Amino acid sequence: MSNEVELIKDPGLPAHVHRRADTDPKAAARAEQQVAILFVLSAIGTLLLIYSYIFIKDDKFIFIPVLGNTNLHQLGLGMGMAIALFCIGAGLIHWAKTLMPDEEVIAHRHEFRSEDEDREEFVKTVKAGASAAGLGRRPLIKRTLGAALGLSALTPLLLLRDLGPLPKDDLTKTSWKKGTRLVTDPGDRPIRPEDLEVGAVAQTLPELAEGEERTLNNIGKDAVLLIRLRPEEFNLDAERLSWTHEGIIAFSKICSHMGCAVALYEQQTKHLLCPCHQSTFDVTRAAKVIFGPAARPLPQLNITVDEEGYLVAGAPFTEPVGPSFWERSS
Amino acid sequence: MKRLSRLRRHRAAGPILLIFALFTIGTTFQVASAVNSETQSVADRAVTIEEGKQLFLKGCSSCHGLNAEGGEIAPSLIGVGAASVDFQVGTGRMPMADMSTQAMRKKPVYNAEEVNALATYVASLAPGPEVPADEVLNYERDGSVAEGGELFRTNCAMCHNFAAQGGALTQGKYAPTLMGVEPKHIYEAMITGPQSMPVFSDKTITPEEKLSIIKWIKAAESEPQLGGAALGRVGPVTEGLLVWTLGIGLLIGVAVWLAMKAR
Repeated sequence: MSNEVELIKDPGLPAHVHRRADTDPKAAARAEQQVAILFVLSAIGTLLLIYSYIFIKDDKFIFIPVLGNTNLHQLGLGMGMAIALFCIGAGLIHWAKTLMPDEEVIAHRHEFRSEDEDREEFVKTVKAGASAAGLGRRPLIKRTLGAALGLSALTPLLLLRDLGPLPKDDLTKTSWKKGTRLVTDPGDRPIRPEDLEVGAVAQTLPELAEGEERTLNNIGKDAVLLIRLRPEEFNLDAERLSWTHEGIIAFSKICSHMGCAVALYEQQTKHLLCPCHQSTFDVTRAAKVIFGPAARPLPQLNITVDEEGYLVAGAPFTEPVGPSFWERSS
Repeated sequence: MKRLSRLRRHRAAGPILLIFALFTIGTTFQVASAVNSETQSVADRAVTIEEGKQLFLKGCSSCHGLNAEGGEIAPSLIGVGAASVDFQVGTGRMPMADMSTQAMRKKPVYNAEEVNALATYVASLAPGPEVPADEVLNYERDGSVAEGGELFRTNCAMCHNFAAQGGALTQGKYAPTLMGVEPKHIYEAMITGPQSMPVFSDKTITPEEKLSIIKWIKAAESEPQLGGAALGRVGPVTEGLLVWTLGIGLLIGVAVWLAMKAR
């Protein structure tokens, strides 16, 4: 036994293996037939589509195992198109793979560097062009061109303006003001405390002033959830307790995490759940986060009643509602 | 006086008096018989309450207490009203099969008569929401699908899913599907707030609006499935899963076939 390592010889390229269709005429005929069958199937698919479109009523249903009751019209259209397109593709590929010329060609990588002659020629051309244009001799053209090009670069900056008006204080302010009535959403009816029994919830929005219209932007900030509990169930500090009214507590419905509508209220546990990321808020403790990714409690709205006995906001929200943003102070 | 005595001797006096007398007797009888049937139903009601009490003592009192005052594992039923009992027992949620996270809908243990007796008994303890009458529940006539859809999306969809298919809550609790639920039970659930569900008061969602919600749910229920398999109608989750497994699987298969050397 010698310890010399036997060098592995370059085995070279493997011999080209011919396909059966290349050597056996019968196999070639068979492949041809298969391709033709695929194309015929495709044609049948298109005919099925046309037939379904014209002759099958769109209210006809049939039972198909696994799928259940299915609309035959739609099924015919879908299956017809699927068969037609898939079989054309499959036929083409099968044709290319079995019958089209089968050669193996080696394409060697070439040098990236151009020939020296070409490079010299190029430099010469550029120089000749530059001197012919006479930029050096005509400073006026040079400067005005520079100014034009420089200014044109400002155009994309200008387009940034179209990203929208600046939010100003839109992110920190809602439509709630002292004395704004809470009205049902939808329905816009004002609510009295006695309209809600213990365990009841109500989805509310601020009452609109005469001639005002609800915009989606406002609904997205103003939505408030009213919940009535037994007053003794609250575990709030004196300030927050004074924001409730006879056991009715109001929270912004917009999640402090990503701004989804938090309204899955579990009456028995007094938990509010956000459907998007399962942040869970404890209603009895001023919507303290007890689970999930939310970082802050839901903002609580100070509520009271007006002289007519309807529920109103006692003050605007004291913090921005909804998710965090750069300029948010907390 | 003279005038009256002259009228008394008028020719028409006799017939008019007769008609008046007949009318009076007839009305009196009607009122009297109405009172009578009322007393009858009161007697009936007493029997029903007694039946309900017996059923309650046998089937419910071990958890809810002999006087429905509640216990360690079950709430008091005083003041929950007939609607609450009709919902919980009528949908088979009560009596509970086990004390797991949440009472499930199952085949009711009691028949309609027994449910009625139980409901009447519990309602007799203290007033509470009543079972809505059939004529109140005429949602086909009084409801509006469009309004119902709007109300459903604001008030119900977050828990029960936008197609009323039900959804998950915390700690294994869930909002059940609303497909195939009796209109009466949907109505009762809204006014009583069973288990995790909050109450939707008649003032914030009026009875007509409740009927609209029911009509929308029934419309969603009867909506045809054009594509056959509904995949639970829960949106992108199951649809995405199907596309990722079946659809991408098919594409991978085709890609492998494309790259395979022909023989």
